[in-house]
Amino acid sequence: MRLRRYHAEVWNEPVITEMGRSGERGIRISGAGEEIREAVGDARSYIPSKMRRGRPPRLPELSQPHVLRHFLRLSRQTLGMAVNIDIGLGTCTMKYSPIVNEDLLRLPEFADLHPLQGEETVQGILEIVHRFAAFMKEISGMDEFTFQPGGGAHGIYTNACIIRKYHEVQGELGQRDEIITTLFSHPADAACPATAGFKIISLYPDGETGLPDIEALKAAVSERTAGAMITNPEDTGIFNPRIDEFVEIVHEAGGLCAYDQANSNALFGIARAREAGFDMCHFNIHKAFSSPHGCMGPACGAVGVREELAEYLPVPVVVFDGSGYRLDYDRRHSIGRARQFHGNLEAIVRAYAWVMSLGAEGLRKVSETSILNTNYLIRRMSGARGVSMAYPKQAVRLDQVRFSLQELKEDTGVGTDDVSRRVVDFGVQEYFTSHHPWVVPEPFLPEPCETYSKEDIDRWVAIIHRICEEAYADPEIAKTAPHSQTISKIDQEMLNDPARWAMTWRAYERKHGKGE
Amino acid sequence: MNGGSLGTPRRTLGLIVNPTAGMGGSVGLKGTDGEEILARARALGAAPIAPARAMEALREILPMRDEVELFTSQGDMGEDEARACGFEPMVVGSARSGRTTADDTRSDAREMLRRGVSLLLFAGGDGTARDIHEAVRDRLPVLGIPTGVKMHSGVLAINPRTAGSLAVRFLQGKVGVCRGEVMDIDEEAFRHGRLSARLYGYLNIPCDRRMVQNVKIGSVATEREAPEGIAWHIIDGMEDDCLYIVGPGTTTKAIMEKLGLEYTLLGVDVIHRGEIEALDVNESRLMGIVRGDKAKIIVSVIGGQGFIFGRGNQQISPQVIRLVGRENIIIVATESKIVSLKGSPLLVDTGDGAVDGMLRGYMRLVTGYGKSIIYKVS
Repeated sequence: MRLRRYHAEVWNEPVITEMGRSGERGIRISGAGEEIREAVGDARSYIPSKMRRGRPPRLPELSQPHVLRHFLRLSRQTLGMAVNIDIGLGTCTMKYSPIVNEDLLRLPEFADLHPLQGEETVQGILEIVHRFAAFMKEISGMDEFTFQPGGGAHGIYTNACIIRKYHEVQGELGQRDEIITTLFSHPADAACPATAGFKIISLYPDGETGLPDIEALKAAVSERTAGAMITNPEDTGIFNPRIDEFVEIVHEAGGLCAYDQANSNALFGIARAREAGFDMCHFNIHKAFSSPHGCMGPACGAVGVREELAEYLPVPVVVFDGSGYRLDYDRRHSIGRARQFHGNLEAIVRAYAWVMSLGAEGLRKVSETSILNTNYLIRRMSGARGVSMAYPKQAVRLDQVRFSLQELKEDTGVGTDDVSRRVVDFGVQEYFTSHHPWVVPEPFLPEPCETYSKEDIDRWVAIIHRICEEAYADPEIAKTAPHSQTISKIDQEMLNDPARWAMTWRAYERKHGKGE
Repeated sequence: MNGGSLGTPRRTLGLIVNPTAGMGGSVGLKGTDGEEILARARALGAAPIAPARAMEALREILPMRDEVELFTSQGDMGEDEARACGFEPMVVGSARSGRTTADDTRSDAREMLRRGVSLLLFAGGDGTARDIHEAVRDRLPVLGIPTGVKMHSGVLAINPRTAGSLAVRFLQGKVGVCRGEVMDIDEEAFRHGRLSARLYGYLNIPCDRRMVQNVKIGSVATEREAPEGIAWHIIDGMEDDCLYIVGPGTTTKAIMEKLGLEYTLLGVDVIHRGEIEALDVNESRLMGIVRGDKAKIIVSVIGGQGFIFGRGNQQISPQVIRLVGRENIIIVATESKIVSLKGSPLLVDTGDGAVDGMLRGYMRLVTGYGKSIIYKVS
């Protein structure tokens, strides 16, 4: 297959704090009118003196066209999801989100809503939330949902809080302080309950199957078990077919089970949390349900629970009382609020439209296509020099597949970080290696969800084949990549060095000798 | 000691090749330590493998040829390999004729130390690592190109090419140092079917954090910090009415450091209520201390092959283990140590089949504060 010629735009754009000049403005705001000044006085007087700044913040000073030009250039230097074949970001489910759904968000009926409006004036959006919850109940088998959490990890944290509250109500929290997860579950299944105060036990995968061993779970459970938080299929694309037995063992020990459904794109209409016995679950609406990833912003981790745990949900919950929709704050054991107001409802509106456009059959088709695409990609990848699939004895992968470039690394010195940097020279986004630790050495983890055509997959795989061949002929090309990008290879060790990294401009200046 | 902080390029490299390392392996001699065994290996037709493997590592460093000053031992102990790769090395050590010995390795290593090389590369196995350790201790960063028969030590790279690329990253100032174990078994005993392994000490080695940590995420605990988390986890869970038998190794002894106690890095110490009960105990002393009291054993994973009992901690004998009980064994391990086992189970070889059998199955490994992993013991 002929690969596309590509070169990124290069603007050598400075950081915005280095641009503009003193006094330059985008908008000149006129002072308050005399009448207002008289009525309210000096605005600064409203800020307690101890909270007032000694001098104004050093904000960039730029005119409007300069701001627009700057950010457009940055956006054009970015290899965005919509301009490339975004198969490489396994666990992220980079699917196409229909642009028409953006129109819905711009309708004044939605865009002009205020979260403090009385519920009788927002019946429309409450109806959408309630109806979408009904879809989610059908998809998962759970009995009630909340959409408050603002992302996947937030959803997992919410579930950890429900587990904590449950044992507190039972009077066993002092004793039950351990959460079990698996090493190939999303790391948030360990990090979130740890943040909620639990100790974490991870089950290491079996070397042959890549799955956690049921005997390992038996060694982990005890009277201290508070629960289990598990992703399935795990972040290898391998589905644990004995998940119901896992759940039963944890239940027998007195723990609750939370299903991390971040990888649910392969399961619509095929497998549900309820039948596996789970007490609760969470979905990433910004992944499988076609809302763009929020980049730590407007995403949604939808949390669903069984009836027995409905009392523990964050408040308010949207309910229907036969004549209208209202906000129910009366949950006896509620963990409180997961965040202000009702969550990122723009994600819910998009997801609602997406589900409506597909229907039940369409959703199942999404999953079947995702599984088919993954296994087609595996076939196409075979024969790529230096590439092997992890856990080859597992015949089928669902939503994603973990490969290893260990052989390529040993033969040529070109490792997965090099290949990941090299793929961008062919106009596709840098890929995701995998979460850490690298149990599979030199990993990469493509996830060709239903968005991608056969030709897209062929093209993406051809890039990997090409880079591997090239690595054997001349390893320096990949090691010094990228060559056709906006920026060249950067020293990643620097990002790891507290003496040199900087999260803010002020920290940058301080650490690099220009500070105050 | 480690040739400057991160970010500072290091400019001198030492190389010592043990040209006979690994020769005993192909002819089934379980090692090549000692003149007589080497002669037998030669008689059985063994050919040197170390020079070729050393060159494989050197070729990774070749692009830095003009920036790095290379010191090597004489002749086939490094000089020949370096020249064959295109380096022009400075030769250290006195001229010698005939076959090289462990003494040559030690004296050349001392010479490298005196010259102040930034990093000493050696090609060999456990025996060579011991010789280097004897000469330089922790005064010099060292990295092994693996060519030996016995390779239990944690100072050897996984293969020659990795040794070369890690050396490059170290010389460029991109990686720091951490400690790696020097382990060896008694070859003579091993040939007679007895396995006696010892932990001889620790060398400073370049630390490749990429094994465990995404270079793009800086906040994950580094290898240096991981044992601290483990130590505080153990300390916070300590019970007053319990003796703690602390096995050898840096991961376990971090507990002693945090408690502000003296300790025996390579031996077994006993503590009670945060105070020392006994230092560097042998088995009979241990049995005497424990008697019928409640006790827990804290051990770490020793060496590259994943032993938790029977290598380097034989003081904790089958009798002691039986007395303490399986449920009172605490295994500590950093995540990188576990990942480096590549899925192989942890191993026990206490010398008592029944005790080994009792230890098999899944056990919990403490990997950080409030963090553990369930892993198989075989």
